[in-house]
Amino acid sequence: MEKVTEDMIKHVANLSRLEFDDAELSKFTSQMGDIINMAHQLAEVDTEGVPETVQVVDRDTTFREDVPAKPTDRDVMMKNVPEKANGFIKVPVIIDKDDND
Amino acid sequence: MNYLNETIDSLNKKLAAGELSATDLTKETIANIKQTDQKLNAWITVDEDAKPAADLDFKKSKLAGIPIGIKDNIVIDGMLTTAASHILDNFVPVYDATVIEKLKAAQAVFVGKTNMDEFAMGSSTEHSYYGATHNPWNLDKVPGGSSGGSAAAVASGQVVAALGSDTGGSIRQPAAFNGIFGIKPTFGRVSRWGLIAFGSSLDQIGVMSKRVKDSAEVLNVIAGYDERDSTVSEKAVPDYTKFLGQDVKGLRVAVPKEYMSDAVDEGVKAAVQSQIDALKAAGAIINEVSLPHTKYVVPTYYIIASSEASSNLQRFDGIRYGYRAKDAKNLLDVYLKSRSEGFGDEVKRRIMLGSFTLSAGSYDAYFRQASKVRTLICQDFDKIWEENDVVVGPTTTTTAFGIGEEISDPIKMYNNDILTISANLAGLPAASVPAGLSDGMPVGLQIMAKRFDEGNVFKVADFVERNNKFYEQKPAGMED
Repeated sequence: MEKVTEDMIKHVANLSRLEFDDAELSKFTSQMGDIINMAHQLAEVDTEGVPETVQVVDRDTTFREDVPAKPTDRDVMMKNVPEKANGFIKVPVIIDKDDND
Repeated sequence: MNYLNETIDSLNKKLAAGELSATDLTKETIANIKQTDQKLNAWITVDEDAKPAADLDFKKSKLAGIPIGIKDNIVIDGMLTTAASHILDNFVPVYDATVIEKLKAAQAVFVGKTNMDEFAMGSSTEHSYYGATHNPWNLDKVPGGSSGGSAAAVASGQVVAALGSDTGGSIRQPAAFNGIFGIKPTFGRVSRWGLIAFGSSLDQIGVMSKRVKDSAEVLNVIAGYDERDSTVSEKAVPDYTKFLGQDVKGLRVAVPKEYMSDAVDEGVKAAVQSQIDALKAAGAIINEVSLPHTKYVVPTYYIIASSEASSNLQRFDGIRYGYRAKDAKNLLDVYLKSRSEGFGDEVKRRIMLGSFTLSAGSYDAYFRQASKVRTLICQDFDKIWEENDVVVGPTTTTTAFGIGEEISDPIKMYNNDILTISANLAGLPAASVPAGLSDGMPVGLQIMAKRFDEGNVFKVADFVERNNKFYEQKPAGMED
């Protein structure tokens, strides 16, 4: 098993859209090392020819009639939006604000 | 109002006869929660304005006018729903979960939302943004988790029944730790629409109550087809109360030797064994069996559940709802800061593990391998079902542990789930029913059955309840 390093945890943090300061990074690297080590136990199980189970539902794709229904009201849908303007969801600029100064 | 000596039947009778007013019941329930919760912290939200419906029909619905506790990861229109996370601490849902819709149609009352581990990730309810819940049997101990708030609320008599959710044992383990009954139905028995998603191939809503029959009454209402969750079965829902009061003669009961190993505390084993002996004395056939992949269920579960969680929790990005970090310079910053400030450490560990096990280079060794081991775990059970009706054993390896005892050791915390996880991986119905006490703390007997055979789970649980009458005992931590 590959050793769990701070660089590896930084990479996974980026994939997870999370960021850590140095102290947290060190703590998470050590904890994630233990957890991944535990997960690695499965390598010793012989699964040659064993199919994967990704769900335990005994139904195939389900169908229903395509009946028009009243959608949720727009104002209701907007109730939890943290920042809004003129009926739209407001988000920051894609490029840094500093670059616009 | 304290519910320790009440059942849904006893309440329904008093309400129908006019001996008890539903408005007073709701008011007194809220007053009691506010008072006793200073000790327990079992609730995140209490709705002091809660009122029963105006047109209660006590003949049509047994739940009419009766308050039911709801775990804070099940959405109720207009009631703060946080999943015990900072990232949702301002989230007021604009629709009802299917189970809430069904309970509303049955005229149940919602007085608030119960505490839990953040996003249902944990086994102690210590991973809550709103502080830990305390065990009513001993306030220095955890109530288990993640449905620890629902369990403590029921065990202390704050409500007669509560909904929980169970992804790897989150209903059964807290039920065991609190001396109450809790059932996780078959995957696909109850709609997950409106349940804040954790592991979508594992999550299932279920019921917790002091008495077995009360869970059967509530499951009767919440189970069944829902076009908004395509994993819900179209199978008819039987009346689960019909399985109560039956004898267990000839019932084939499997006891996995791995569940009675040295890893399980002696006091837990003794309490469980005495229930198995009682089943045998009543004519059940006891067979020792093996679940050979038990030692692999914890890693298998943590890979699969965390992979699903890392995907499900992508939606918390600070854009359309929930917490948005204040000082973000650009869009990426909104994601990074909102998520890093909004999620607690345990949720971060699970997202990170899932991102790792799904990432290029790790997928085959971890996610794909875990999905294959999951098949082997399912096959272990299939073999047992050829000659048995139910599997029984302990729900947990120990009784409730101390608050703060395991919080700093994630692996130790994860191993709490070793006896409960398999039912989720295989989609089986499973329950925990009180077996007795060990050193003054409750022990749970776990009962599993074939998919959609909740009937046999209720049948055995009801036998155990009638035999040991554990419900006569009162939680010691609530005495002044």
